[in-house]
Amino acid sequence: MAALAPPLLEIRDLVTEFRTESGIVRAVKGVDLTVEAGQTVAVVGESGSGKSVTSLSVMRLIPPAIGGIASGQVLFRGRDRQVRDLALEPEHAMRKVRGNEIAMIFQEPMTSLNPTQKVGHQIAEVALLHQGLTRAQAWKRAVEMLALVEIPEPARRADIYPHQMSGGMRQRVMIAMALACNPALLIADEPTTALDVTVQLQILELMRRLQREIGMGILFITHNLGVVAEIADTVAVMYGGRIVERATVEDLFDRPSHPYTRGLLASMPTVDRAARAAGTVARLKAIPGSVVDPRNPPSGCDFNPRCAWAIDACRAAVPPMFDVGNGHGARCIRWSELDG
Amino acid sequence: MAEPLLQVNDLKVHFPVGKTLFKPGVTVKAVDGVSFSVARGEVLGLVGESGSGKTTLGRSVLRLIEPTDGSVRFNGEEVVGMPPAQLKALRGQMQIIFQDPYASLNPRMSVGQTIGEALLLHHIGTRKDRAERVGDILEKVGLPRAASARFPHEFSGGQRQRIGIARALAVNPQFIVADEPVSALDVSIQAQIINLLQDLRQELGLSILFIGHDLSVIEFLCDRVVVMYLGKIMETATAADLYANPRHPYTRALLDAAPVPDPRARRQRITLKGDLPSPINPPSGCVFRTRCPFAIEACAAVVPSLDPVGEQHAVACIRAGELNLTE
Repeated sequence: MAALAPPLLEIRDLVTEFRTESGIVRAVKGVDLTVEAGQTVAVVGESGSGKSVTSLSVMRLIPPAIGGIASGQVLFRGRDRQVRDLALEPEHAMRKVRGNEIAMIFQEPMTSLNPTQKVGHQIAEVALLHQGLTRAQAWKRAVEMLALVEIPEPARRADIYPHQMSGGMRQRVMIAMALACNPALLIADEPTTALDVTVQLQILELMRRLQREIGMGILFITHNLGVVAEIADTVAVMYGGRIVERATVEDLFDRPSHPYTRGLLASMPTVDRAARAAGTVARLKAIPGSVVDPRNPPSGCDFNPRCAWAIDACRAAVPPMFDVGNGHGARCIRWSELDG
Repeated sequence: MAEPLLQVNDLKVHFPVGKTLFKPGVTVKAVDGVSFSVARGEVLGLVGESGSGKTTLGRSVLRLIEPTDGSVRFNGEEVVGMPPAQLKALRGQMQIIFQDPYASLNPRMSVGQTIGEALLLHHIGTRKDRAERVGDILEKVGLPRAASARFPHEFSGGQRQRIGIARALAVNPQFIVADEPVSALDVSIQAQIINLLQDLRQELGLSILFIGHDLSVIEFLCDRVVVMYLGKIMETATAADLYANPRHPYTRALLDAAPVPDPRARRQRITLKGDLPSPINPPSGCVFRTRCPFAIEACAAVVPSLDPVGEQHAVACIRAGELNLTE
């Protein structure tokens, strides 16, 4: 029974901290998140929300000298079907996981690629390192991967350097490299943010196709709710290091139940064409104030200083996650009153 | 019809690249024969992908980049070729807001010095007047007067962008080039700055050339829109008309590619293949034809002219008459 298998990735009560000159800064404050195979989970948030730190924690990519996981579990079901807690794995074991069982792609494809090596070599290196292929086999694998990500003339393109490619092509190379070892989980941290919209659409469509074919789970980090609507099955909205709302993608857009999520949706410019024709100057319902400063978080609910619904109780304690129905959760004590 | 505040005619900005002692090098035509106007009080949107030449165009209008050829008339005066002293005086009328609020403020100057410098350069007011004016402008952009004594690193991205706007407004310009002023900001902060620009525009009657790539922001803020691709104008229309009735395949593709916050709207659309071609070696004929799903042989042969297809609506596509691109 598939339902009895443990999830591909289960993050439990993850807390990640950084040591800074002004003391310990808690960037992730108790995150629970589950990714099933074949599923795309989007984590959406603004600067300082902890979305990228969550993904770096899963990969254990935060240098121990500056910080790391303080508590919680990162349970990952490996190829051997054994569940391991990546929070406790020694570094040498993580090296076998990274780029192999869990792969990651980043926002800026140029800075993530080695400018002095041909792209074919960089992809082949992953296969050499993790799959024990010969050099010739690994090169062949690199060319196959470039074909998989729809790069025209893959054999010729394998033989050129990153600077000879466009931004969209480089992001395809990053995806090819990430998928070279058939990872079970792909972490994509704002993979389309640096790209033009027409190229962003190509990359999103490519990721959807590859997921259908390969069946990997995707943890997709983004700030763009439009992209979330395009790609996600389920969504976690982060603010100030916590998940403030979680739901299936349809449910989130149908019934946003946290004031922050509602504020984000209302912040997106949409034009009322009738009002425009009548000559009305439109204003957006902006969220007042600034995003939370992780060094100096407010007491109680992280969003309370910017929230129109905030009352004394919101400042007194961090609200728990309420079930607003259908497995949809919102961390707001006033969620049931928002429509009133 | 009243004379427009800004009238740009056949503007060209060409950059030489790869020229060495032994090689003649080639020319990149970043902006290649662009004409448009901005009326008083109007917000004109300039949209296109990276490499379309929109930033170069915005800067060359202010002569922050020297145009190679063409004309820019501001208030009836020719800006191209204007002597430096006169140009400096004119810059009091024309200002710019930059994309990156982190890179565009001097970290060693206080906010008051940054904003006051513009006043000083343009010899506006006494020392005391200037301090007063800096405080007024800070309030206008939604910052406390006391912000004047503080330094850029003490402010968030959105607040820094407010400082950038305050600096541009300090000298009371009539015209502002806003080069992607909200692209680097968080979504919730972006809306604040968009509202601020709406307010300032109404209050001060500013004319704005708003450069952007986010079509929803452009539609929200702009009266008219110019769509650029590889240094040329593909289409121009009123915002309402452009979004309801796009006539150029590139405009249609841009509109289709913009992600919409509705998971049920995942839909079939015109997906462009490939990327923007290299501006060093642009395609012959229509520069968009290599990515255009409607391209025919004739598209390679002639450079399409920007022809009117309606009131304030013009399109550079030889097939505009036969294509129906409305959803």
